[in-house]
Amino acid sequence: MSEGYHIVVCAGIVPDPLQTLQPVQTPTGWGLKNEMMLPAVLDPWAAHALYEAAHLAKKTPGSKVYLVSLAPKAKLQQVMMTVAQKAAFELVPVDGPASGFTEAFEVASALYEAIMGIAGLDRNKLLLFGGWESASRGAGSTLQILGEMLQIHDQFQGVDECTVNPDGSLQILERVEGGNHQVSVCKGPPVVLGWATGNLPEPPNNPQIGMSNMRTIMPALQKAKTAKIGADGVFFGSVELPKQLRQTRVVKDAQVDEIAREILEWIRK
Amino acid sequence: MPEKMIDDVTLQTLPGDAIRQIMWRFSDRFDIQMLVQSTRAVARGPVARLVAEGARSTHDWTDQKAALFKHFDEAGITGAFLDPECGGMIEGPKNLLFALIAFELAWVDAGAATASLAGNLAFAPIHERGTPEQRLHYMQRMVPPAPGENRKPLRGAFGLTEPIPYVGVDTGALGGKVRIAEWPDGGEPILHVEKRGRFITNMDLANFVTAAVDSDDPRIKGSCMVILEETDPGIFDRGAPTRKLVHQLSSTRDPIFSLKVPASRIIGGYKIKDGVIIPNYSHGDIIEAVFRRTRITVGAMTAAKLLSAVEPVIRYQRGRFRGTPTVQPGSSRYELGLQLKEDTLHRLVDIWASGEAAASLVFAAARLFDEIDPLEREKDRILEQQGVSGAWAQMKVFRNLRPKAMEYVELCAQKPEHRDTSRFKELEQDPLVRYMVLDAVGNVLCPASKLWNTGHGANMMREALSLMGGYGITEDCPGFLAFKWMDAQLEATYEGPEAVQRRQLSITMTMDIFLAQFRNWIKEMRQIASRRPGTGACTLATAMEMWLWTLEHLQNATDANGNKLYHSPRQGVTFALADALCWLLASRYQIRDVLELEEKGRNNPMVAEGLDGTLAFLTDLCHVQSARASGEVGRICAELVHGYNRHPSWDGESCHPYTPTELDALESVAPGIAGGVAGHADIMSTEGDPHPCKAGPCVRFEGLETFTRMRLKLDGCLTGARLAKDRAAQALTKVMIPEALDYPQ
Ligand SMILES: Cc1cc2nc3c(=O)[nH]c(=O)nc-3n(C[C@H](O)[C@H](O)[C@H](O)COP(=O)(O)OP(=O)(O)OC[C@H]3O[C@@H](n4cnc5c(N)ncnc54)[C@H](O)[C@@H]3O)c2cc1C
Repeated sequence: MSEGYHIVVCAGIVPDPLQTLQPVQTPTGWGLKNEMMLPAVLDPWAAHALYEAAHLAKKTPGSKVYLVSLAPKAKLQQVMMTVAQKAAFELVPVDGPASGFTEAFEVASALYEAIMGIAGLDRNKLLLFGGWESASRGAGSTLQILGEMLQIHDQFQGVDECTVNPDGSLQILERVEGGNHQVSVCKGPPVVLGWATGNLPEPPNNPQIGMSNMRTIMPALQKAKTAKIGADGVFFGSVELPKQLRQTRVVKDAQVDEIAREILEWIRK
Repeated sequence: MPEKMIDDVTLQTLPGDAIRQIMWRFSDRFDIQMLVQSTRAVARGPVARLVAEGARSTHDWTDQKAALFKHFDEAGITGAFLDPECGGMIEGPKNLLFALIAFELAWVDAGAATASLAGNLAFAPIHERGTPEQRLHYMQRMVPPAPGENRKPLRGAFGLTEPIPYVGVDTGALGGKVRIAEWPDGGEPILHVEKRGRFITNMDLANFVTAAVDSDDPRIKGSCMVILEETDPGIFDRGAPTRKLVHQLSSTRDPIFSLKVPASRIIGGYKIKDGVIIPNYSHGDIIEAVFRRTRITVGAMTAAKLLSAVEPVIRYQRGRFRGTPTVQPGSSRYELGLQLKEDTLHRLVDIWASGEAAASLVFAAARLFDEIDPLEREKDRILEQQGVSGAWAQMKVFRNLRPKAMEYVELCAQKPEHRDTSRFKELEQDPLVRYMVLDAVGNVLCPASKLWNTGHGANMMREALSLMGGYGITEDCPGFLAFKWMDAQLEATYEGPEAVQRRQLSITMTMDIFLAQFRNWIKEMRQIASRRPGTGACTLATAMEMWLWTLEHLQNATDANGNKLYHSPRQGVTFALADALCWLLASRYQIRDVLELEEKGRNNPMVAEGLDGTLAFLTDLCHVQSARASGEVGRICAELVHGYNRHPSWDGESCHPYTPTELDALESVAPGIAGGVAGHADIMSTEGDPHPCKAGPCVRFEGLETFTRMRLKLDGCLTGARLAKDRAAQALTKVMIPEALDYPQ
């Protein structure tokens, strides 16, 4: 594929995983305590998608990376101060909530609108990247819905690797049960890849790349359209954080097999 | 604690980037925000890992430590000082940027901050006073390699300090010498430089050294700084490593140089007159220009450490009793742990308040120098155009400009609607006037931020680790608090120990252009106090008045022996007043930053959500800090005002306790004194005794009434300060902190 890809990476933002996350009822529905004030990061799985996209774009001359993000734009701007240093891309922001308590279909619709609005985007070169799930909502549905809206039917989820074959087809490794990968080959774009962690480390910050990205990011943020996203018709039966359970026993000189057996027993309980 | 004091509106989370960007005024500087983020990633990533792995256990320079430079280069830290035309990223003055870089690195390890900024210090003499050719030549060679590029950039060291007895910063005498080795006919002289350095940072890596030397040859006039390169002919011996106990992630050695270099290496160039080389700048001129900027970054380091201590201390306190079978989840002992004890909270409030004040002070200083930098260049250009050269000629120009500068300061204090706008504009647009006015403050803020942040900061760091108990003094302590405490002592020492800062302050703080602005600041604090009494601005204004009064008093008064009080050998007076001033300045800038947040915070949705609570808390911290500052100032002033008068004895005519008439007179100052004292047998003479038991006779001197009135007022101004502390303490029990520290331990 000599003219390169148009890689659209969909990535929201989530509270920094080290923060204390406490679900609370707000006047507009469920949310997290102090959500606006907590530092945010790019959704981790989607962030891997971004690094993979940048890597692929670098290897494939003529490619372009777009980062489509639905988030409160002031917060998105703050997150961009780091993310913009990781890879060259054009930001397509949509101003709206980044909460995990929104409905996947509504989010996908807003992303669809934004993607359709990208000038010069060529469907025949389109690789739609994102996370196979999100750190704020693990449903893994947004990207699939969005793919359907864009009528892209080659969809892969839990992707760890994507290589371009000499004939232009794509070989894709998807995570399946038992720590295995399923290997698929598809003929090329358009395709949806919901990334797991991929293989690439997080690139170090490069302020030079950041500054050059910022030249387009700031105007894009200023012009960002607002999307009304909620969870119409959705009822949250209950909301709670995953429980942490800690049972510690100090034993000296335990054998590895013995430890493994005990852990298995504990998990099965 | 009474229920009504526990305000619902309180701090929700630890202040995040958006809040700091507003307070420290870089919310519209994306370039700076990016460098802050990239620096933070290096600090809390590779730097923190190195510290956690124990790399600080040796003063030797190791491969591990050297590897940090790759990260510094990639993150844009080592290249931050470069101008865009030389491959740099940031346009314009960079003082705030450096302060923020130092802050981010020192949040984890100040040695890393020192290492990464040492190149900047080495280059600073060339940047500030070098010829355009020197500046360009070295800047281009110092550009860090782009990612993937395999090129070694030039690294530098700053060589001033020498082995005893010469040493460095504060000495006119230098052991390092320069002679003329050869002077070919019509050609460029070749110099022979002999210099021994002591405690020179970056010496393991430096490819060049900017060294201070004195002439040892009648054909060279005075002192200068020269650039030495490792490839110059002669000895470039990096010397023995300094067996230091602190800042272990930086390299420090005692180098020895004996090198031949062309005269074009004299920083700032030279002239030849009657066969004598006259350097354009003495080493003193250059280091003054350098240190007034680089000292600010040092102050930023200690400020960062104080603020970095808050989160680990809170986490330690809250988790202190968890895990005991008798302490059940949900119980207050489980949830709050040591935070149930008032003292632990109050002490942490003090640490946090000091950290806020230190950060506000140092970033204000940095921003001020960002304003001064271009003005200074403009001033140099104008003076050169006018043919003014040399320190004396410059001083004359400024002496003539003094009335204009004073007028400008006066107009600044007037409300815009009341002042002569055209005159104000005219003066404001006069670069020399503006330079003079800002420079007067810069000359105070730079030493003040270095002195107070590092000195008081070191004391408060000790408090911080004591709140962690035994854990605090171990290598395992989260946040590396013990290292940070030790390191603070170096920050208080290098680039001029505290005495040097105090000496500078004791001169610059008496300059009339500074004092005129200081008077305006008192008015400003009074105005703030009327709008926002909770800030403690009122207390501060009173303390500022007292400081000013005391300074003026001591400048005229003599001690009991008739000796002058305020003059440079009398450091017991001048240094103490310099210390007092620092407390006031730190508090003032702290209050101003909180007001900035109040004004701008609402426009930022990330800040607006919890703004009222954040403001309430930060305002309480201002109050706590201003009360502490006032206490210090009151104590210092009282000691100085009274302390140099001889204690009265009973042998003189005038030595007697207050008579009833005198007490009545003092009643206007201290209501109730007459009645109170009169009822006190200890003090009033009783019939038949030669003089009263125990208590001595009372003090009298010119100005006593005024001073006493101020003291009383100051005490009264403390009203509410402890309530503010209680509220802040309560906030510490409620504030949400992350689950874990975002760097290893
Ligand atoms: C790790 C480390 C790195 C360093 N890096 C560098 C570097 O890169 N380049 C460089 O040139 N230097 C460097 N230095 C040297 C440093 O700048 C000096 O050590 C510092 O300025 C203090 O000088 P001094 O050690 O001579 O102390 P002194 O001047 O001897 O001061 C000791 C004490 O004497 C008293 N005192 C001194 N002068 C006065 C006075 N006028 N009035 C009243 N009291 C006074 C004070 O109590 C002072 O604290 C470094 C030092 C260290 C430890």
